[in-house]
Amino acid sequence: MAGDDFTRAGEASGKVKNAMKQLGLNSDAVRKVAIAMYEGEINMVIHAGGGQADVDITPDAVLMVLTDHGPGIADIDQAMQEGWSTAPESVRNLGFGAGMGLPNMRKYTDDMKIESTVGQGTTVRMKVNLK
Amino acid sequence: MFMTVADIKRILNAQVHCGDDLMDKEVKTACGSDMMSDVLAYVKDQSVLLTGLVNCQVIRTAEMMDMVCVVFVRAKTPSEEMLELARERGIVVMSTQYRMFTACGLLYEGGLKGGCRVE
Repeated sequence: MAGDDFTRAGEASGKVKNAMKQLGLNSDAVRKVAIAMYEGEINMVIHAGGGQADVDITPDAVLMVLTDHGPGIADIDQAMQEGWSTAPESVRNLGFGAGMGLPNMRKYTDDMKIESTVGQGTTVRMKVNLK
Repeated sequence: MFMTVADIKRILNAQVHCGDDLMDKEVKTACGSDMMSDVLAYVKDQSVLLTGLVNCQVIRTAEMMDMVCVVFVRAKTPSEEMLELARERGIVVMSTQYRMFTACGLLYEGGLKGGCRVE
């Protein structure tokens, strides 16, 4: 995912969503994965200059791993609070940066883990069950 | 009895930018917001999004939420890039002269409900 172009943010999530639809997966699961990925993608574009998403679709679940080499998250618990945001003004003007990204990702997934090191980057692992 | 995109166009006296062939699509609920994060927290599909925010991420958000239609209030007009995104995704895009409060009120009076809830 490119981090230099906010316009393109969402492209990767859109592709994952289409792939899931083509596989005939149930629409609730498709929507949850799409939203969780989209929020994660936006986060990486806003904060980390882009990143990489690996998505595995198994019969039981969709597994997403989002990795970036951005600034990292100093306090993950704080970052998970609704309304807490470190997004710059320019991003808030685009309709984001309300501090709902990580909480939304947690809400729409069945399991979510964040690993982060300040100065090195962040990895977010998420799982949406299909059964 | 359900509402269609054609009904929304009529109620809001809206101008259609793309999706002329999708006027029969059913719309079950509506969401009015300028904050895409709030829209993403909103669960229902087959919805219409009313917004004053004009950028590509509005269309991407509508795509993720399986929204049928996006209406820009206060006569705001989308860019060609946004319309291309919308066409590819089968999303109707319209503009209305009404401001957000009035547009929402008119649709609500017309029978369309919100029902925003956080799971």
